[in-house]
Amino acid sequence: MTAKDKGLEYVGASRIEGPLVVIDRVRDAGYDELVEIKDSSGRLRLGRVLDISSERAVVQVLEGTDGLSGSTLRARFLGESLKLPVSKGMLGRVFDGLGRPADGGPLPLSGDRRDVNGAPINPVARRYPREFIQTGISAIDGMNAMVRGQKLPIFSGNGLPHDRVCAQLVRQARLPGEKADFSIVFAAMGVKRDVADYFMRDLSRSGALGRVAMFLSLADAPSVERLLTPRAALTLAEHLAFDCGQHVLVVLTDMTNYCESLREVGTARGEIPGRKGYPGYLYSDLASIYERAGRVEGSPGSITQTAILTMPSDDISHPVPDLTGYITEGQIVLDRELFQRGVYPPIAGLPSLSRLMKDGVGKGYTREDHPALASQLFACYAYVKRVRALADIIGEEELGAGDKVYLKFGEAFERRFLSQGEREDRPIGTTLDLGWEMLSLLPRSELHRVNSALLDEHYGKALSGKGG
Amino acid sequence: MNGAGSGGKAFITRVSGPVVTAAGMAGAVMYEVVRVGELGLVGEVVRQAGDTATIQVYEDTGMLKPGAPVTCTGAPLSLWLGPGLIGNIYDGVQRPLPALMARGGVWIRKGELADPLDPSRRWDYKPRLKAGQLVTEGQAAGLVRETPMVEHKVMLPPGVNGVVRSASASGTYTINDTLAVIDTPSGPVEIKMLQKWPVRQPRPVRERKRVSEPLVTGQRVIDTFFPIGKGGCACIPGGFGTGKTITQHQLVKWSDAGIIIFIGCGERGNEMTEVLREFPELKDPRTGRPLMERTILIANTSNMPVAAREVSIYTGITMAEYYRDMGFDVAVFADSTSRWAEALREMAARLEEMPAEEGFPASLPSRLAQFYERGGAVTTLGGEAGSVSIVGAVSPPGGDFSEPVTQHTRRFTRVFWSLDTELANARHYPSINWLRSYSDYLEEVEPAWEKLHPGWRVLREEAMVVMQREEHYRQIARLVGPDSLPDSQRLFLFIGGVMRDGFLAQSAFDEADMFCPPEKQAALLGVIMALYRGARDQIKNGAALADISALPCTGEVLQAKTACAGTKELAALESRVREELAGLALSGGEAAS
Repeated sequence: MTAKDKGLEYVGASRIEGPLVVIDRVRDAGYDELVEIKDSSGRLRLGRVLDISSERAVVQVLEGTDGLSGSTLRARFLGESLKLPVSKGMLGRVFDGLGRPADGGPLPLSGDRRDVNGAPINPVARRYPREFIQTGISAIDGMNAMVRGQKLPIFSGNGLPHDRVCAQLVRQARLPGEKADFSIVFAAMGVKRDVADYFMRDLSRSGALGRVAMFLSLADAPSVERLLTPRAALTLAEHLAFDCGQHVLVVLTDMTNYCESLREVGTARGEIPGRKGYPGYLYSDLASIYERAGRVEGSPGSITQTAILTMPSDDISHPVPDLTGYITEGQIVLDRELFQRGVYPPIAGLPSLSRLMKDGVGKGYTREDHPALASQLFACYAYVKRVRALADIIGEEELGAGDKVYLKFGEAFERRFLSQGEREDRPIGTTLDLGWEMLSLLPRSELHRVNSALLDEHYGKALSGKGG
Repeated sequence: MNGAGSGGKAFITRVSGPVVTAAGMAGAVMYEVVRVGELGLVGEVVRQAGDTATIQVYEDTGMLKPGAPVTCTGAPLSLWLGPGLIGNIYDGVQRPLPALMARGGVWIRKGELADPLDPSRRWDYKPRLKAGQLVTEGQAAGLVRETPMVEHKVMLPPGVNGVVRSASASGTYTINDTLAVIDTPSGPVEIKMLQKWPVRQPRPVRERKRVSEPLVTGQRVIDTFFPIGKGGCACIPGGFGTGKTITQHQLVKWSDAGIIIFIGCGERGNEMTEVLREFPELKDPRTGRPLMERTILIANTSNMPVAAREVSIYTGITMAEYYRDMGFDVAVFADSTSRWAEALREMAARLEEMPAEEGFPASLPSRLAQFYERGGAVTTLGGEAGSVSIVGAVSPPGGDFSEPVTQHTRRFTRVFWSLDTELANARHYPSINWLRSYSDYLEEVEPAWEKLHPGWRVLREEAMVVMQREEHYRQIARLVGPDSLPDSQRLFLFIGGVMRDGFLAQSAFDEADMFCPPEKQAALLGVIMALYRGARDQIKNGAALADISALPCTGEVLQAKTACAGTKELAALESRVREELAGLALSGGEAAS
């Protein structure tokens, strides 16, 4: 970082391979340092140091290596790692994948420049998240409730309506009784422009564009750029949440594309691949993104994360969803079969899970009956799946009377509890009453997970009370 | 070509992620701790070749440059051992997280350091030595009341044998005050509360012993069906969402070990926070004291440096051995050893080692073996009985148990608690599959159980058989429907259901159910088996299963885990079960005649 080397320019590279450029005999450059590379036409691109020794620096070019020539390129080491200027004024703006304005507007005014890699939060300094977020989506609120500061991704497949579900979630998410107050940081990695446009349109329709910052590294942008996009977005989110005290909802889409870029770089470096060719450090790398969520002592703000990832061929054991599931606090899984049957949102009942739900619902948070109700719905729906499997073999007619009731319950559960309109914002009370209405289709003696006091209070009541 | 490293000093030649290569390191020793760069980042020598050494660095290496200085410390990575460990929270290399926060705020910054134990704190010390006394290694020089639950022994370090030259009187001392001087054959040795011990080296013991006592966890499926002994090792594998962490938290909270060490190794930050928030409020069911008074937490979350994650396991086990040497039963929980193995893999890849299975280094099995071998029941150097039990969680990718970490862990542990996705999906917790799990400590723990509940072994085996047959008939029922089975077979589905809901499933959040004492477990199992035997006999006599399942006692048995407070109520319930079933025979008999 010494001043004398600023401006020192290296001419030529000994090797260019994929996104990597190798520059020999580099002096006084650091690991992860930012590099500016100029090609013969004078175009500037950014890169960063992946491996530095006295002999050579391996530089990952973030904006593609096309048109670079080993003999003519000029590289300048900038003396610091990638930093993002952050300010509140970035809400309402659009940036490229590296955090530079992409809406024609000026650079954000800011005195604060932050390292995009962030720093780990001291686990002791975290506050445990427990404020229930009402998304107005029954399948989430009722059975997989989300809390402020949680990271809850959406596991989806190609062609499934994850964007619509996510947009609905972003639109409707708030604490019950409070006005929508989330600031939204949106990072798009390798998605098509349509998707980004869809979110932008949707947010502007609900008048939310003023509290959204977008970081777009779209499908046509160089893939390596994507490695920085979520980091830049989270750097801003951290500033908004922990310095400005805002509640921030971060949407990352699509993490599968991010992981593919990581694999691309790993392969170009000749690293030993792990599962399906993804690098062995995929877990740590994903953790360095997902763990940038939560709440901390001394700040009223929070970062809640929703990452969307598409599971290649709907395989939940694929490394990307698998490792993600190990880091995030649950997952909302979209189900192709439900989708094909016209259920919206097609949120799979059983594999979806919110790990932080247990501390954010129930007495003092949502309603006393919430945890038991959710557990009972899960158990009954799991049984429905078994009955359906049985019915497939022996035929529905051969089922016992008890099992037939479950089929009816399952149908109602999917059609009325899971299903709802894209613009339908169900308050949590309505969701829970609806849940009881579903359970009331089953004989009371089948409901082992709810104690009798709650049954007395709710069983069979919702039917008469509300008109559906 | 690079002038910065002149003058025979060690300097960096290459930086690649957490791996740094340095030259001028001819005198360095394997696993010696070095300070790297201007900030003095902590690292460890992991490879040596002539003048150059490869260093794994425990902190983020961003902006570290070739040419920057490297300083050797001359010592291997060592822990500070002494009073003040209990109740504290450390990262993987024993940096105290609360102290770091007090100093640096919310974020863990590079190069930040703090003493693992507070050197200014004064402890009440009661000596156990007199001048002129003959003493041997491991013997207690004195006692310190570390917490209301832990009496800390200040021990003579291994290798210190001789005659007491001088000993301090009772009083308050800091960890660095000299408490006694021992004349040994190799010269005088000062005894302080503070001892240092290299993390990668097991602490010596006088003798290893056979495991003989169960480690009571209060979890029915574990204690009754797949028990672990004090000094035993268990493996708990489960894909994500199978309740691995909750199960492990339950064990941490309720195990009857004197000291608990929980290693959060590469796991979620919020989960660690939950532990940190919850533990100070939780009361030990046996003493009523806060659990933190016997717990050490090690938190190296997934986004903290990967090399420190690799060490965190050893940090935890070394602390466990230290308390074991005082005569405690210590339980170590590592969540998750897969993350540790991944750290090994990541480091090995950076060191460009030849990979073995799935990219893991070929040394993975021996590293795992070394770790689990540090568990066990022992006679300490001081002549006391102590033990270290290890429970290692494994997170197999894709829930596939054939992957290397699960497979090798199975080889070195004798208890296998297999978590099951299907059970977890039905929210049956703990989702330990009773047919795929096993425990090899039955012989060892049987005497203790038989003393508590005569006939326990037979009862347990009978229940296992019922659960096996339940699975068998469930498979058939899945194909033909349960209604096509005769009552004598549907009985197993019925009793199996009672076992699942009334015994195996246990709520971690229900006050009455979260901890189930062993005597209650045995009595509850007795009630269910009484229901089974009675129902079986009555069905043989021609009774209908539907009548049996409609008996009022059936519902009571299902609720008994929470409704019955203790063995007395369960005994009463058992006689009601017998009576009602007998009454059924009477009415059935009358109808027949």
